[in-house]
Amino acid sequence: MIKQKIYLDNNSTTQCDSRVLDVMLPYFSEHYANPSTTHTMGRLTRKAIEQARTEVASLINAKPEEVVFTSSGTEADNLAIRGISKALMGKGNHIIISSIEHSAVLHSLDLVKKWLMCEVTQLPVNHYGVVDPEDLRQAITEHTILVSIMHSNNEIGTIQPIKELCKIAHKHNVYFHTDAVASAGKIPLDIQELGVDLLTISGHKIHGPKGIGALYIKEDTQIEGIIHGGHQEQGIRPGTENLTGIVGFGKAVVLAKEDLRIDESKKIETLRNYLELGIRRHIPEIKINGHQTKRLSNTLNVSIAYIEGEALLINLDLEGIAVAAGSACSVGKSEPSHVLRALGVEDKYINSPIRFSLDKNNTKEEIDYTIDTLVKIVDRLRTISPLWKSNK
Amino acid sequence: MPEIYLNNNSSTRVDPEVLSAMLPYFSEQYGNPSNLHIFGRETREALEQAREQVASFINCKPEEIYFTSGGTEANNFAVKGVLRAIIDKGNHIIISSIEHHSVFDAVMFLEKMRYIEPTFLNVDQYGMTNPDDLKRVITDNTILVSIMHSNNEVGTIQPIKELCKVAHEKGVYFHTDAVASAGKLMLDVADLGVDLLSLSAHKFHGPKGVGALYIKEGVKIEKFMYGGEQERGMRAGTENLPGIVGLGKAAVIAEQHLKGGGQEKIKSLRDYFEKVIISRIPDTKINGHLTKRYANISNISFAKLDSKTLLANFDLAGIMASAGYACVTDPLEKSHVLKAMGVSDEYNSSQIRFGLSKYTTQQEIDYTIDILQKVVAKLRNLNLPNT
Repeated sequence: MIKQKIYLDNNSTTQCDSRVLDVMLPYFSEHYANPSTTHTMGRLTRKAIEQARTEVASLINAKPEEVVFTSSGTEADNLAIRGISKALMGKGNHIIISSIEHSAVLHSLDLVKKWLMCEVTQLPVNHYGVVDPEDLRQAITEHTILVSIMHSNNEIGTIQPIKELCKIAHKHNVYFHTDAVASAGKIPLDIQELGVDLLTISGHKIHGPKGIGALYIKEDTQIEGIIHGGHQEQGIRPGTENLTGIVGFGKAVVLAKEDLRIDESKKIETLRNYLELGIRRHIPEIKINGHQTKRLSNTLNVSIAYIEGEALLINLDLEGIAVAAGSACSVGKSEPSHVLRALGVEDKYINSPIRFSLDKNNTKEEIDYTIDTLVKIVDRLRTISPLWKSNK
Repeated sequence: MPEIYLNNNSSTRVDPEVLSAMLPYFSEQYGNPSNLHIFGRETREALEQAREQVASFINCKPEEIYFTSGGTEANNFAVKGVLRAIIDKGNHIIISSIEHHSVFDAVMFLEKMRYIEPTFLNVDQYGMTNPDDLKRVITDNTILVSIMHSNNEVGTIQPIKELCKVAHEKGVYFHTDAVASAGKLMLDVADLGVDLLSLSAHKFHGPKGVGALYIKEGVKIEKFMYGGEQERGMRAGTENLPGIVGLGKAAVIAEQHLKGGGQEKIKSLRDYFEKVIISRIPDTKINGHLTKRYANISNISFAKLDSKTLLANFDLAGIMASAGYACVTDPLEKSHVLKAMGVSDEYNSSQIRFGLSKYTTQQEIDYTIDILQKVVAKLRNLNLPNT
């Protein structure tokens, strides 16, 4: 059998759609003028940027002028947290987040804690990774300036009750930010419906290019930039625009909207459930992390007891299957995932999570091969595991 | 109608070879470089190769290169990162009065927040800073000097080596914004002695959306983007892989271009252009230093006219140039660079910046000269009822 190469790490990054690349191509070597210039070619590239902005805005039902392009989801999160903290310095210094936020939100707080004397409350989550709105209600004080809770979690896929959480924040006149990087393209996002003031999305998670993201900033929200310089992006985000990236992002959004319309995620969910069932059926002593139903349709995070997580990943990789242990942004850290910790995952399951994240290009054959290979590897690794033996 | 692009200080055409190098990293090798599986290992390798290419371009170690989203981010990173790391040592930052807005505005913001007290070094009529001036204003409280390698509006090249020596004598870090110089002048950080240096790909035929900050080993600096562990924890966010690969390739091509005498060809075209313009059109003035200036730029003022009208007329004839630089809010706002050089309002508001590149041809220059003569003559006739 020819060695397969199966990509099941779409929460980490996705393949840039060839239709996205096609629309980007003319903007490298034909129409390359700086969009801030007033001559013919500059007007043409400006137009391309504004068209992409309109497209990105339409994905989340915002006005184009409420979309600020950034270099990534991480930068958009940094801008939201740091920008609001700075702008509201005189008003308060308390920020509330969940305990399972992406590292971009978590670590942005290190900066505002140190330089702006901010204080942070981390809301707990239940065993499925869901935040309880009641906890938020209790945590808000008169000093609270911002609540930031992710729309869905990138490691386990659990979707948060953003609308309810946002209502509570607004009742106290507190801004609400949501990191929707993991959700974009997978579930419909409507900022009118959600009510949020700020929302982060990223291009490369929705088959767009890497190096481009956006922050939705509701009209009249007080925010200070984190990068200073030119007038680009209404002065909130200076620097010559990443023209090709923005154009690609726009097209990726158009395609994502079409996929949402025809409910591609149903197809992906069926495949994901098939994978989950296969694993449940053939491998004992496993645990599915995350919410069973309120979960991204493409994500399956499973812990397999009595096995070294890294050994499992390496063995899967040798068989051509690319999966992750969790967030790509925590690679290099040896501690267990802060997300699984917050969920209260038991010790025997905490060190061996694997995250399968599918997309529309995955096939049933690939999933069959994956189940088959996984079962074999787990069998082999458990045979040589002293823990497994002593447990038996 | 011809399409003559003479705005290469604003942005440049991506070299087709650069684009070719980038292409596989969109839809074929698209793994996240942080991942340990095969998709990630492939792209990690490409990322590190680009880092080596950029390092070789400026003669530093690969691990001293930190990729950013552009020159503006690199400049913000340098200024704010150093301040955050060593604010306990002092609060005095020195910059020149002709810095790019990404340095200038970052410093103004830090002053507004009362983190620092800045000093702005004057320049002479050619846009040149004087190392003696730096010596005079540097104090025990100074933590950073940031002076651009060359100026993006007039092209004047600063005596960075001498300025840097002055800073180092006092134990002060030196940053240089080399965004305008990269690809036009040889950059050797070991020779210059600088501690930090900013680059941007799209100014030398690389893609937009990617830049780099050189940070000399051991320099104390705080990270700029917070989040994941990318760029050794200094700059979080999934790497812009095709962009970074493009920057690497652009650096390789630029190095060959510089070593192969590519700049001499551009210089002779530029010099020819200026010679003809000055001799044929009266009341014109070249802004910037006549010799210590990079070859790709020609900033010329046409007395009694205004930049905006001139540009619109050039554009109608297919010639794309600019007034000053692209990052201004109001196109009618006068250049802070020319102002600092003591250029009169009349010449400031009638300046045009022509930016040449390796793609500029003799025919394009001849056509441009021809159009310039006609446009200037026409406008001056219209404008001057009293002469």
